[in-house]
Parts: sequence; C-alpha cells; structure tokens
Amino acid sequence: MAKAKFDAEARAGLSLIAPPFLYALVILAVPLLTILAYSFLTDGYLEIIREPTLANYAEVFTDPIVRTVMMRSLIVAAIVTLATVVTAFPVAYYISFCVRPERKALWLFLITIPFWTSYLIRVFLWKVILGYNGVVNSTLTGLGIIDEPLTFILYNVNSIVITLAHAYAPFAILPIFVALEKIDRSLLEAGRDLGENRLTTFWRVTLPLAMPGVIAATLIVFIPTIGDYVTPEVIGGGRIPMIANMIQVQMLALDNRPLGSALAVTTMAIVAVVSLIFLFLNRRFLRVRQ
Amino acid sequence: MNRSGRGLQAYAIFYLLFLYAPIILLPIFAFNSGTIIAFPLQGVTTDWFAQMWGNATLRRALTNSLTIAVSASILATCFGVFAARASTRFVFPGKGGMMGFIMLPMVLPEIIVAMSLLVVLLGMGVQLSLLTVIVGHTLICMPYAIAVLSTAFSSLDRSLEEAAYDLGETKWGAFRLVTLPLVMPGIISALLISFTISLDEFIIAFFLAGNEPTLPTYIFSQLRFPRAIPVIMALGTVLVILSIALLALGEYFRRRGNARIGGKPTGGLM
Repeated sequence: MAKAKFDAEARAGLSLIAPPFLYALVILAVPLLTILAYSFLTDGYLEIIREPTLANYAEVFTDPIVRTVMMRSLIVAAIVTLATVVTAFPVAYYISFCVRPERKALWLFLITIPFWTSYLIRVFLWKVILGYNGVVNSTLTGLGIIDEPLTFILYNVNSIVITLAHAYAPFAILPIFVALEKIDRSLLEAGRDLGENRLTTFWRVTLPLAMPGVIAATLIVFIPTIGDYVTPEVIGGGRIPMIANMIQVQMLALDNRPLGSALAVTTMAIVAVVSLIFLFLNRRFLRVRQ
Repeated sequence: MNRSGRGLQAYAIFYLLFLYAPIILLPIFAFNSGTIIAFPLQGVTTDWFAQMWGNATLRRALTNSLTIAVSASILATCFGVFAARASTRFVFPGKGGMMGFIMLPMVLPEIIVAMSLLVVLLGMGVQLSLLTVIVGHTLICMPYAIAVLSTAFSSLDRSLEEAAYDLGETKWGAFRLVTLPLVMPGIISALLISFTISLDEFIIAFFLAGNEPTLPTYIFSQLRFPRAIPVIMALGTVLVILSIALLALGEYFRRRGNARIGGKPTGGLM
C-alpha cells in the first residue's frame, strides 16, 4: 500500500516536472552537447570535417593569444570577485547586525535596485565616469588636485574591474547577508562571556559561521564575470577582449565553430573546476559547524 | 548605536552611493543640453526626450522588446509553476538532478547559452526572429521564476488542499480554487521579474534576433555614435524609472502573498 502510494506520488511529481525539464533539455542540453561534439571536429573551408580530433583543444592550450585572453579573463574575474566580496562583507554585516529588523527589507531592496536597471547603460556610464574627460578626471582637474587626467582608469583592465565590481555587488551582499542572519546571536554573547574581545569574537565565531555565505558570494560573482561579454566590448572598445568576446569572434566573425566550441567547453570546464573547489571548501566549513 | 556601528553605517551609505552613482548621473545627462557627455553641464533641455519619442527605429525596438518580454515572462512563469509545484509538493526519483539542470542557466555564462543555441539554430536552418529570442529568454527567465514561485508554493499549507478534497473538489478544482489564489501574488511577482530580466537582456537578443532590434541591442548599436548618446541617456532614464516601478510592484505582491499565508516579511527579491 505504502509503495503504491509512493509510486502515485512519484508519477504525479514526474509528470509535473516534465514540461519545464523537457524544455531545458531541448533548449539547453541539446545545444551544449552540440558544441561539445563540434569541439572535437575540424573546421574545413565552408564545411565541418567530421573526423574526431583534439587539435582544437591543443590550440586552445598552446596558442599564445588564447592563453593571454584566458589569463586576462581569469585574473579579471579573480580580482573582481575578491574586491566585490571584501567590500560587500561590511555592508552585509551592517544590515544584519546594526539595522533594525523592520528596516532590513528596505536596505536589501535599495541594494538590489541598481542591479535590475539597464546593464548596458550602467556599463556605458562607468566609461563616462572614468573616461578622459569623465566625471572623476574633470572633477579632480577642476579642483586643481591633478594637472593631467588620471590614465590608470582609462579604458583598460582597471576600468573593466571597477565596472564589473559595481555590476555584481548585490550578488555578493545577499548570500553573505543570509549567512549572517542565520548566526545564533547567543553564540556571540557566549564568545564575549568567555573573555574574547569584539575583534577576536568576530574572527573566531562570526567569520567562520559566515563562510558558507562568503563562498556562495564568491561563486555567484566569479561565474558571470569570467563569461562577461558586454563590459570588455563597451569599456575596452574591443581592444582588450575577454574569453566571451573571443568565443563570439571565433564562432561568428571567423566562422571557426569547432575552435569556438572548444573555447566555450574549456571555459565551462574552468567554471566547473572552480565551482567544485569552492563547494568542497563549503562542505568542510559545514562539517566544522556540526 | 555604538562607535563601530556608526563607522559601518557611514561605510554602508558610501557603498550605496557607489552603487547608485551611474543611476544618479543618468537623468543629469538626459536633461543636459550639451551634446557631449561630460562636465561641466551646459543647460536644461527636454529635447532628448522629444527626439526619443520621434525615433521610428526606437519605437520598433520597444515594440519588439515588449513582445519578447511579455511572451517570455508568461512562458517562463507557466513552466515555473509546474517546476515549483513539483519540487515543493512531491517526492520523486531524480528530483535534485532535474531541478538542478533546470536552474543551470542561472550559473552558466550567458554567452555560452547564446552561442550554443545559435549554432544549433543555424545548423537546423531556422530563420532568426523574435521567436528565437523568446525561446532563449524563456530558458534564462525560468530559474528566476522558479526561485520566486518555490517560496510561494513551499509556504502553502497542505491541509487546505486536503480540506478541499474532503469537501468534494476534484484535484484540478482544488488547485484552481484553493492553491492558485493563494500563490497568485507569487505568480505576479514571477511574471514581473521575468519581464524585467527579458526587457534588459542583451546577449541572447543580440545574437538570436537576426535583424530585428530590441531595446538593449538598439542602445548597444547607438553607443558607438557620440551624437546619439544624449537620446540614449533619456531612454535610460525612462527605463530606470520603469524598472523601479515594476520591481516595487513585484515586491509589493511578494510581501502581500507572504502576509496572506502568514509568513514573516523577508527582504529582497533574490
């Protein structure tokens, strides 16, 4: 009887999940498998040569231009992630520990609004803010603080980092906030009672307990930044491409779909490896908690 | 509030300023009569808004964007209702894997979704159109819709449905008369969020729309021409006001839904 009931429930659940799952299967899994297959083929002139090969991956890993772009994407994503998580933590801490409970929702709402406004226009405005005659430079020269416009923020990797750090800030704040909210406040009091001061309590109690949130924030910022297409295109004007721009150029402009596919698959592999490392770290922290 | 609390508060307010810096500049440049986007400002004008209104390509882009956003948000929310109901109400084999796969677009770089879909569509000889963008947007909006809907469905009291069965309702009747009204705020909130995401989505629209413009791809094409920028600033101002209004509405429905099922008010759309 119990088994029959389970079967009926399983059948009901499966038939409910079937439409969205089949949709994802056709629209996502089929294309992903297609580029996986393409990445092992060779680009002929006008057609794809159907002979399995690892040449595309060899090119991805040995070509100096691909390597430069890969390294740039990884470094930019790493710096953006570090900067975003470190600067976001105090904000999340403030909202969780200092803001009155009834005002917390308002703060979170204020933080999420900029994220939902036109991404392209935000990116372009950072170009305006940081540019040669931009807001920062014209203000500083106007006030007589500098004579020449600052060049280290002009249309280069630094400005890409600032723009991306701004774009993904809410992604970092929210998971850290959720982790901080879950901390049992009596643990902090216990720490204080046992003779720890404010700083050591933070270091030895709060921070370890907030770590799952920090790890989630790291992943949630790292993954979209490494695959960002718009920012290098708008800020760098196509002169400092990241991996997404290179995939697009190979796939469309150069029409080398096998190499473009190999780049895409490699990017996904890098993202997967980084995610697994962080998920593993997260599990260790969770085990420490128990 | 103690001293360290005040220091943190100053930092948090400074951080909010950093977050809002571009959005504050947007209306300033939209009403500035100078054609170059830089300080010092020239004078006040509403010309850019008038020019925006008279632009035929822009109107076409707006119509296209609205068509895509309305269709994609309805489709994504319908799929989302199925997935959220399945994952919160039923236990079945392979649930974690299937749900994980459906949520995958949330953590997959968009360029990969767009490129792989494009390769398949071109390979099959499908003509790129608004329809192909709708297909792509439905895929990436679905996880967000599910995230919102799961909260609505999981806080549902199962005994209410059982009471409906006991009173002689059929399964569909109970769903339509009891469950659906209770999760309606969640559905509206999911629709609004999907709509906002689709309206602002650039990558998939850029590669899958063929020659049809959408608002983001139109904006992108104009960013190269310095003369066109003031109109884009005006457009941006309108879009920002629109998104904030939609989000505030979505948040309102989400909270009302929460209150209706007796939940505590929690913050944020994510």
